Amino acid sequence: MNIKRIAILGAVFGALLLPATFSPAMAQEEEISLPKQDWSFTGPFGSYDKASAQRGFQIYKEVCSSCHSLKLSYYRELEGIGLSEEQIKAVAAEQTFPTIGDDGQPAERPGTPADHFHSPFPNDKAARAANNGALPPDQTLLVNAREGGADYIYALLTGYEDAPAGMKLGDGMNYNKYFPGHQIGMAAPLSDDRVEYADGTKATLKQEARDVATFLAYMSNPELETRKRLGLRILLFLAALTCVTYAVKRQIWSDVHH
Amino acid sequence: MVGLHKSEFKNPVINWIDTRLPLFTMMAKEYGVFPTPKNFNYFWNFGALAMVNLVIMIVTGIFLAMNYDPNTGNAFESVERIMRDVNYGWLLRYVHANGASMFFIVVYIHIFRGLYYGSYKKPRELLWMIGVVILLLMMATGFMGYVLPWGQMSYWGATVITNLFSAIPVVGDSIVTLLWGGFSVDNPTLNRFFSLHYLLPFVIVGVVFLHIVALHITGSNNPLGIEPKDKQDTLPFHPYYTIKDSVGICVYLMVFAVLVFFAPGFFGDPANWTPANPLVTPAAIVPEWYFLPFYAILRAVPDKLGGVLMMFGAIAVLFVLPWLDTSPVRSAKFRPIYRLLFWLLVICCFVLGAVGAHHPNGIWVILGRIGTAYYFLHFLVLLPLLGKFEKPLPLPESISKAVMPVAAE
Repeated sequence: MNIKRIAILGAVFGALLLPATFSPAMAQEEEISLPKQDWSFTGPFGSYDKASAQRGFQIYKEVCSSCHSLKLSYYRELEGIGLSEEQIKAVAAEQTFPTIGDDGQPAERPGTPADHFHSPFPNDKAARAANNGALPPDQTLLVNAREGGADYIYALLTGYEDAPAGMKLGDGMNYNKYFPGHQIGMAAPLSDDRVEYADGTKATLKQEARDVATFLAYMSNPELETRKRLGLRILLFLAALTCVTYAVKRQIWSDVHH
Repeated sequence: MVGLHKSEFKNPVINWIDTRLPLFTMMAKEYGVFPTPKNFNYFWNFGALAMVNLVIMIVTGIFLAMNYDPNTGNAFESVERIMRDVNYGWLLRYVHANGASMFFIVVYIHIFRGLYYGSYKKPRELLWMIGVVILLLMMATGFMGYVLPWGQMSYWGATVITNLFSAIPVVGDSIVTLLWGGFSVDNPTLNRFFSLHYLLPFVIVGVVFLHIVALHITGSNNPLGIEPKDKQDTLPFHPYYTIKDSVGICVYLMVFAVLVFFAPGFFGDPANWTPANPLVTPAAIVPEWYFLPFYAILRAVPDKLGGVLMMFGAIAVLFVLPWLDTSPVRSAKFRPIYRLLFWLLVICCFVLGAVGAHHPNGIWVILGRIGTAYYFLHFLVLLPLLGKFEKPLPLPESISKAVMPVAAE
């Protein structure tokens, strides 16, 4: 009896200990805690705030895209944030892509919705050369690739401050509260009224950061809405199936003493 | 034994086939009337769940392989193409990636169930050892599968783990070169890992077949750990356990679905969403969660070869477990001290898992060493001694006597 109690206590203690021991970001030596934002796309019923994502796309186009590529996603994926086919065609056609002309010589053609997003630099080396040696990461999967996801993007974009007294920044580096190591090559990209929103929303820094984080969250997980909707239907089906199966099991076992 | 099989099936087509190749008779014998102890609890579902999981992995894997490109220049992009271009490609990939985690959850529970109820004891030693072989094959397959998306953690995980073999004296470096197909983890490595990742699951299928054949020779263990004596103690596998397994499968699928549809990145590492870059080392190289306890044991020893030996030793002790445990009583239900040790071992494995997830400094080094020492102490010292000193509780006369006490007579 006594031993059983000890064992149970031990197991409970272990279970309580678990989340506390596994969860801390394994990577960082210094723990940077990100303020949690309220996003429309979290939770089992979550979906993207399309207006916000469209504003975010405007920021990507006017600000981010001068350095950051979005090369794993396609123009056609803009459909998911509510752009019409015509709008997407127009966006794609703004860029030219290399092709081979009818005469067999290198030529250029306008982009189509089936093209990957046009990259600002031909390759990583060119990107580094133009950015003081730093490589602006591709933004397609950025939200998935960073601990904290959209919260991290928001925190980073709003986390620029003056370096604390006594900290010496490297040449051309900027201080950011939330960047690992706090020294970031990118200068604060957003500020109040950095863009003029097409839909008339007031472009505060926080609004801009929120919108672009929403857009990038969509770009990282364009399947999210389909996935969650399908998931709910499958779970409902499985719940019903579980009940029926369990009832049948009870029925079959009803004549067995066990 | 030459001669046609005398089939009892009435359907002429089935009878014709069964006479020449008695598959139907075999299935009826092994899965129809197969006498199964009637006192299984739901922990006995996990073998069937592992089987279902293996099938899911193979099916999704085959379709993923149709769209995947094992070339270092294209691998990461081809995975993203699967996510964006292939119809329901995201579903295939998330089922496969989370399926690996589900597989290890299911199999670890299956193994600990065996530990608790003494399922490895005579006459099931070989059945158990074949199971350990399956675990090893699963680990190799899981490791190589994680390399395929060619993200940062794929690359650096592959580098760290393959480098372990360089600790082997004399031939170590040659083995590593052979594994890599060159002098660093590169395109040849990815190619051979892809090939092996496709091959090993079918090897697993073969070994699982042996596991099941061995099981059907000895019959299943049960929560009481005593052999069934007569018909009173058993039930035909169908419909009693086909339906009970079905309940388990439904619940398992629900857990699986929550993971796939609502938290597909739960077990993943964000670093693997960045393409592999041999020039940039991630802040921390952490293996998949199912390797963490072994990773902790590896790092608990300050000597490379020693660490590698201990890590493989952690699995090797499982091979000889049937002879390390000297108690004739199987089920922990009747072994009060073993029951306590079992739970301590469970806690020990969780602690080691947590250690594996953290940078090896401060308290984690100490915990890692204590955990490692205790793990081996449990198998190599405590279990052999316990059989001699522990006084087991009286065993019930039979399974049916235990479940149907006096009143039912």
